[in-house]
Amino acid sequence: MKSRAYPTWFAAGALALYGVFSLLPSILGVGFSFTDWNSHSTQLHWVGLDNFATILSSSKTYVHFIVNTVLFTVATIFLKTVIALALALLLTEGVRRLSSFYRAFIYLPAVLPILVVSLIFRSVFNPATGLLNETLRTVGLGGLAMHWLTDVSLAMWSVIAVDTWRGIGYIMVILIAGLQAIPRDYYEAASIDGATGRQTFRHITLPLLMPVLTVTTVLNLLYGLKVFDIVFVLTNGGPGRATDTVYTAVFDDFSKGRYGIATALSTLLFLVMIVLGFLTIRVMRREEVS
Amino acid sequence: MRTRRGLRATVNHLFASGTGLIILAPIYLVFVNALKTRSEASSMGVGLPANPQWQNFSTVIEEGKLLGAFANSLLYSFGATALCVILSALAAYVLARRRTRGHQVIYLLLIMGIAMPTNFVTLTAVMQWTHLINTQIGIILLYAATQIPFSVFLIYAFMQTVPRELDEAALIDGCTPLRAFVRVIFPVLTPVLVTLAVLSILNIWNEFLMPLYFLNRSDAWPMTLAVYNFFGQFQSDWSLVSADVVLTILPVILIYIVAQRWILSGMASGAVKG
Repeated sequence: MKSRAYPTWFAAGALALYGVFSLLPSILGVGFSFTDWNSHSTQLHWVGLDNFATILSSSKTYVHFIVNTVLFTVATIFLKTVIALALALLLTEGVRRLSSFYRAFIYLPAVLPILVVSLIFRSVFNPATGLLNETLRTVGLGGLAMHWLTDVSLAMWSVIAVDTWRGIGYIMVILIAGLQAIPRDYYEAASIDGATGRQTFRHITLPLLMPVLTVTTVLNLLYGLKVFDIVFVLTNGGPGRATDTVYTAVFDDFSKGRYGIATALSTLLFLVMIVLGFLTIRVMRREEVS
Repeated sequence: MRTRRGLRATVNHLFASGTGLIILAPIYLVFVNALKTRSEASSMGVGLPANPQWQNFSTVIEEGKLLGAFANSLLYSFGATALCVILSALAAYVLARRRTRGHQVIYLLLIMGIAMPTNFVTLTAVMQWTHLINTQIGIILLYAATQIPFSVFLIYAFMQTVPRELDEAALIDGCTPLRAFVRVIFPVLTPVLVTLAVLSILNIWNEFLMPLYFLNRSDAWPMTLAVYNFFGQFQSDWSLVSADVVLTILPVILIYIVAQRWILSGMASGAVKG
C-alpha cells in the first residue's frame, strides 16, 4: 500500500538533477585529481598524489591560499556573530519603536548581488576619492586613510570588512528569531530573583541561544570556505596573490588550463566540507534528542 | 530614573540609526551617482547631482545590452525556481512519508548538497558531455540543481507538520498518488513554497559564478555578468557603472520590499527550527 501510495519515483527528478550536476562532478573530481589533466594535451596520465603534494608543498603558494581562506572564514564568523548578536539584542530589547524598520535596512545588503556590493566598495575604498578616506579626512582622521585594497597587509582585512557589512543582517535576523523563541518566563523568573542584565544574558540568553548560534556558525563556515565573488571582484586575488582563496585559485588554475591541480584543490575542499557536514548533522541530531 | 531611561533609549536609537547609516551610505552612493555626469561622478561623492542625468539609464541599457540580460535573468531565475520547487516538493513529500532506510539515505544524500561545494572543473566536463554548456536550458537545469538540497530540507521539515490523514483520506477516496499530491498536499505547502521561491529567485538573480564558467555567449548573459563586463569596459565612468548597478539592484530591492515578510521568516525558520 505504502509503496503504491507514495511512489519513490516522485523523488527521481530532484535526485537526477542533483546527481548529475552536484554529486557526479564531485565524485569524478576525486578521480581526476590523481591525473595530469590539462588543456595542452589530450591524453590523461595517472600521477598519483602529485597534485596534492604540489598543493601542500611549501615552495608553492597554495598553502597561502588555504591560510587566506581559513583567515577569512574565522574572522567573518567572529565579526558577524559578535556584531549581529549585539544588534539582535539591541533591536529586541533596547529599541522598541522603529525596530522592524531598522531590521529591514540592516538586512538589505544580504539580498543584493555580492558582485554589486563588491563593485560599490571598490569605489568606497578608492584611496584618493573614496567615501571611506573622504570621511576620515573630514572628521580629522586623515592619518587613518589607507590604500585599503592595494596594501598587501590590509587587503584581506578590507575584504573581510566588506563581507561582514554584507552578512551581518542575515545572521542578525536568524538571531532575532532565536531570541524571540526564548520563553519570557525565564526572564521574569530571573528579574524576580534580582539578576542583573549581565547575569541574565550570561546564564539565560546565551545558553538558550546556543543551538541557533551553532546554526549561524555552520552557515558562516560553509559560506566562508567557498568564498569567491567578493574576493574576485574586490581584489581579484591581489595585490599579487595576497587575497587569493581556494575558490579563486581554482578559477585561476582552471582558466590557465591546469585542470588536474584545480580539481585536486576542489576535491580537498569537498572532503573538508563533507566531514564538516557530517559533524554538523551529528551535533544537530544530538541536540534534537536532548 | 525617568531621564536615565530616556537617555538609555536615545543612546540605543543612536546605535541603531548609526548602523543603519553605515549600511545605507554605500547604497545611497550608487543611486545618487547614477544621475551625475561623468566628471561629477569621477569622485563618487555624496553630493546631489547638479542636473539629474536621466539619459544615463538609456545609455547603459543600450551599451550594456541590458534588455536582453534582464530577460535572461528573468528566464533563469523563474524557470529554475519553478523546476526546483516542483521537483523538491515531490521528493520531500514521499521522503517524509516513507521512512524506510533507503528513503532516509536518499534524503541525507540530497541535503548533503547544502554543504557540498561545486567542483566547477569536472562540472565543466559534465556540461560538455551532456552538450549543455553555453546553453540556456543548461544553466536553468544547473541552477535548479543548486537550489534543490535546501528546498528539500525545508519542505521536508514542513511536511512533518502536515497531518498524514490529509493525504490518506485523498488516497482512500481513490485519488492517484499524483492527484493526491497536486490537489491536497501542494496547496497545504503553499506558505513554505512561496518563501522558498522568493529566496531561490533572489539567489539565482544575484548569482554570477555559474554563467562565468558556463556561458561564453554574451547574448545569454544574465544581469550580473552583463554588469561585470560593463564594469570592465567602462571602469573610468562611474556614473554609467552606477546607473548599471542601480538597474540591476532595483528589481531585487522591489522584490525585497514586497516579499520581505517571507524572506525574513524563511531565513529564520530554516535556521531556528532546522
